Amino acid sequence: MTGHYLVLSAILFTIGGIGVLIRRNAIVVFMCVELMLNATNLAFVSFARMHGSLDGQIIAFFVMVVAAAEVVVGLAIIMTIFRSRKSSSVDDANLLKY
Amino acid sequence: MTTMNAVLAAGGPELHPQAAEGVQSVAWLLIALPLAGAAILLLSGRRTNKWGHLLGTAMSLGAFVVGLLAFFQMLGQDAEGRSRLVHLFPFISAGSLKVDMNLLVDPLSISFVLLITGVGSLIHIYSIGYMSHDPDRRRFFAYLNLFVAAMLLLVLADNYVGLYIGWEGVGLASYLLIGFWQYKPSAATAAKKAFIVNRVGDFGLSVAIMVMFATFGSLSYQDVFGQASQASQGTITAIGLLLLLGACGKSAQLPLQSWLLDAMEGPTPVSALIHAATMVTAGVYLIVRSHAIFELSPDAQLLVTIVGVATLLAGAIIGCAKDDIKKALAGSTMSQIGYMVLAAGLGRPGYVFAIAHLIAHGFFKAGMFLGAGSVMHAMNDDVNMRKYGGLRKVMPITFATFGLGYLAIIGFPGLSGWWTKDGIIDAAFEKGGTSGQILGWLALIGAGITAYYMSRLMFMTFFGEPRWDEDVHPHESPKVMTVPLILLAIGSVAGGAFLILGDRFAKFLAPVVGEPEAAHKLVTPYTAIVFALMVVGVGLAYVQYLRRPVPRTAPAGNPAVTFARKDLYGDALNESLLMRPGQWLTRLTVYFDNRGVDGLVNGLAAFIGGTSGRVRRVQTGFVRSYALSMFVGAALVVGALFLVRI
Amino acid sequence: MLTALIAIPAVGALLVALLPKGRDALAKQVALGVTLVVAVLSIVMAVQFKTDGARFQFTEKYWWIKQFGVHYAVGVDGVALVLILLSTILVPLVVLASWTEAGRSGGVDTPPKRSVKTYMALLLSLEAMMVGVFAATDVFLFYVFFEAMLIPVYFIIGSYGGAQRSYAAVKFLLYSLFGGLLMLAAVIGLYVVSANAGHGTFLFDELRNLHIAPTTAKWLFLGFFIAFAIKAPLVPFHTWLPDAAGQAPAGAAVLIVGVLDKVGTFGMLRFCLELFPGASKWFTPVVLTLSVVGIVYGAVLAIGQVDIKRLIAYTSVSHFGFITLGIFAMTSSGQSGATLYMVNHGFSTGALFLLAGFMISRRGSARIDAYGGVQKVAPLLAGTFLVAGLSGLSLPGLSSFVSEFMVLVGTFSRYKVPAVIATVGIILAAIYILWMYQRTMNGPTAEAVKGMKDLSKRELIVVAPILAIIVALGFYPKPVLDAINPSVKQTLVQVHKQDPKPTVAEKGSHQ
Repeated sequence: MTGHYLVLSAILFTIGGIGVLIRRNAIVVFMCVELMLNATNLAFVSFARMHGSLDGQIIAFFVMVVAAAEVVVGLAIIMTIFRSRKSSSVDDANLLKY
Repeated sequence: MTTMNAVLAAGGPELHPQAAEGVQSVAWLLIALPLAGAAILLLSGRRTNKWGHLLGTAMSLGAFVVGLLAFFQMLGQDAEGRSRLVHLFPFISAGSLKVDMNLLVDPLSISFVLLITGVGSLIHIYSIGYMSHDPDRRRFFAYLNLFVAAMLLLVLADNYVGLYIGWEGVGLASYLLIGFWQYKPSAATAAKKAFIVNRVGDFGLSVAIMVMFATFGSLSYQDVFGQASQASQGTITAIGLLLLLGACGKSAQLPLQSWLLDAMEGPTPVSALIHAATMVTAGVYLIVRSHAIFELSPDAQLLVTIVGVATLLAGAIIGCAKDDIKKALAGSTMSQIGYMVLAAGLGRPGYVFAIAHLIAHGFFKAGMFLGAGSVMHAMNDDVNMRKYGGLRKVMPITFATFGLGYLAIIGFPGLSGWWTKDGIIDAAFEKGGTSGQILGWLALIGAGITAYYMSRLMFMTFFGEPRWDEDVHPHESPKVMTVPLILLAIGSVAGGAFLILGDRFAKFLAPVVGEPEAAHKLVTPYTAIVFALMVVGVGLAYVQYLRRPVPRTAPAGNPAVTFARKDLYGDALNESLLMRPGQWLTRLTVYFDNRGVDGLVNGLAAFIGGTSGRVRRVQTGFVRSYALSMFVGAALVVGALFLVRI
Repeated sequence: MLTALIAIPAVGALLVALLPKGRDALAKQVALGVTLVVAVLSIVMAVQFKTDGARFQFTEKYWWIKQFGVHYAVGVDGVALVLILLSTILVPLVVLASWTEAGRSGGVDTPPKRSVKTYMALLLSLEAMMVGVFAATDVFLFYVFFEAMLIPVYFIIGSYGGAQRSYAAVKFLLYSLFGGLLMLAAVIGLYVVSANAGHGTFLFDELRNLHIAPTTAKWLFLGFFIAFAIKAPLVPFHTWLPDAAGQAPAGAAVLIVGVLDKVGTFGMLRFCLELFPGASKWFTPVVLTLSVVGIVYGAVLAIGQVDIKRLIAYTSVSHFGFITLGIFAMTSSGQSGATLYMVNHGFSTGALFLLAGFMISRRGSARIDAYGGVQKVAPLLAGTFLVAGLSGLSLPGLSSFVSEFMVLVGTFSRYKVPAVIATVGIILAAIYILWMYQRTMNGPTAEAVKGMKDLSKRELIVVAPILAIIVALGFYPKPVLDAINPSVKQTLVQVHKQDPKPTVAEKGSHQ
């Protein structure tokens, strides 16, 4: 049965990935990243269930912590960029190039 | 046993020098005194300006005294014991290469020592007067001392390395002294030319030394000559030819003669000491010293005689065409050294005359150069003989001494040149065969030409009507200059007879070069011919330059005269064959290095730089394109993992 | 003792670097003091060195990275000793020579004022590394010093050099790093070979006895050799030298050409020959060809230069040809001569660079045609320049002659043709030195050099000792040769080469 959860996880991850690649709004990109993280969390938990060990669940907690930290830093960066540029499009912040 | 065989095969006396005693054991003083003089004068700066010339002269005289004492000590020794070795210090040692700084005092070297220090001291004294107005007189004496020291090392060394050090040392002194008035571009160029042409000769000497070491495992005269007969004929000939190349450079023999005429840019005492009496004869010394090698190789000997004859004619022809008194004398020097080289190539009958002529030449040519200097002094340093004339009345002492030198060089019977030059001509004929005849006749003709060009010089300078510039007021030179002239003139008159009469010099040199088979005959069938040719030469010059007035500007001559005036096109040949191609080669190489080798390096750098410039365009700055490449990369990794698994 | 020689200048460098800003005079005094102490110490060491004693003396050995078998191991044989002496004697003179020049700019369009203190600190750290590189008896330690040396030189050229300083500095760094990289690969390869043989080590003494398969040895040889050939520099790896030496301030040029480049030839003698004797013999024809080409090619290039410092740099290319020729001739007089040549070349080229530097700093141009008739206005400068130049063209009686003579004689007894071609170099040497001398010093005094000052007391103090050494070694090279000969003998034993016998004796023994 857990196979279905894995399929769901893969679908969510793909949606998140596509969102990261095609959306321009930084907030949406950010949400897509969260979606990818949570998709992996789902996979971890499913695997934990499949193998009957707690390892996957523990990793899932780590991922959550990382995700929370990322939200804090990421949102802060997006806020500052928005303040200075009046835009939240990721394509506008392209100064770091060749 | 082998050494015995070697001696028998070489047919020469063996060098078995004993340790020196008495004055000879301090023979190093000979070199040390002038060397110290040079060092003090160069290092002390202006402080010694006042008495520097006196110190320099004293050092040279001191060396002369030591040389004399050593000579008299040698006279007291028996013939076998006349080669004495003075051990100084080990110089180079590495593996089998061992070279010691030793001095060899033997009849040959002591003859040179006396000539160098004797004539050298006289020229020092003369220079006190000649250079008295030059602000750099101290430096001049320092260089002269340096020269004397180096020349003494050259003749006193007991091995080829020591000789080579002296050899290049005199080259340096010659460079410094030719370029003494370096602010004249012509002098600086002449100095450089002399050094570089000499280096070509030194190339030969260096390679000869290498061959000797590879063949004999030693570089001392004793070892090299002792084993010479064991080496293959090819090796010996090679060594002989290489030594000859070295001798050609230093002694201004064809084909390396071109520097000597330019070297007259130096002060006249330098021309007298270095470019007439001593340094240029070093080549003759080298050949005579290495006689054990040349005697084993008839080919090398033949080439030596050919070079000698060719140069004696070339020098004489150049001497006929020059209006510059010093250059005319320089041509004559070339020619006379040609005689010596010829004699040195003739083997045992020639050696004695080579060295005797060398010593006689040292006296009369130095005397004439100094005389020319005295004349130039009187003529405001003008060297053009066409503006001289009639000087015998105003400069009697110079005239008399110069005249004696003149008579000596043209071979007037009884004077030095007659004894020695006739001996060389006889020895050439005695060689026998066609080559002997050819060499002999050419040397005879050379003697005739000598009489002609020297008479021309004499008549143009001292006889006829004065053709002076208006502001010139000739006067006799001071005593400090005339006394050396007189002493040298005495040598020119009596030197030859003293050496040749009773085979005195032949017996003296015998322990080194071997005794000639037959005693020297004073009068031979050729004596009359030589005399006749001399009279013809003098007569011709008399008709051309005394009976007719001498024009103040040189008339345009026929092609033959132009040929001689341009030094037989020697310089033109060097320029078109060596200098121009050399310049092109240099430019080409510089271009190749900058564009080719360095261009390759810089091209590689530019290529890497350009590539990275293109590659960096990948960094667009768009976050999403980075994300895409991350995804693609991740997908590739996953794909690869699957592939490997399968 | 050796550690002290490395540590004192290193500590001195730190000390000078930490001095407060603006204390330039103090920085110079401290630097001079430190280098003088090092020079005196090294002379004391040379006096204590026993020529008939063990090969490596004053040895020290401590573990450094035990896991990889890396030691801090130092010791000197005769060859290293004389090269260390060369460096420690030259450095104080360079410090003194840079007394006023250091603060000034080297070229026309450089900023007027530079930090003297940094310059002195860089010089001191360079000295520490130079001593280290010659003293190291652990290949890894050698490599570390070899590479670390580049850094101070890079900064000296890059911030104190002439107009094209950054181009020259980058070229120098990249060229050397490239060689260093190959050498690093070879060093690691060597370690792997020794580890496979049972006992991984970097110690020279142990690696010497290591048996290496011929093919491997050839590759490792190439790794070391190319690094050293770039450093030396051997044609065709030479093009960094004229740029670096031409752009560097004169004092630093002395150290680059005089000492730094010797690391290359020293490395060939010490490491290439002794670690890979078989491969060295295999590569000998190639190296001899390159050497001979270098001698003639460098000399011809020198004749064609218009810049004094570049000219001197190219003469060095020619002289390095002689050194490698002597090393790979594999005869005792060739190798002893080559080693002596390293020392002599350091002094004579050092003197040339210093004097050229003094002259250039007066006139502000390095072009030869900017001068003329200097002798008239500055006779001391001209005279000393002539002596240094004559040593450069190997005039007998000056030190270079002895070494060149030994190299040529040693080479000829085994390889005739290369020796004869190399002898042509003596003619070319006369042309490039005397022609430069004539164009700068002789002739009528050029308008621009009128009023040029002669050497000052300080400058005289700098060149006088060098010239004295040149003359002394020219007449009495024995002390140096005595130190060198035993080491060279060891090298030849390792390469299994004996001096060729004179042909006469050989014939005798056949009979």
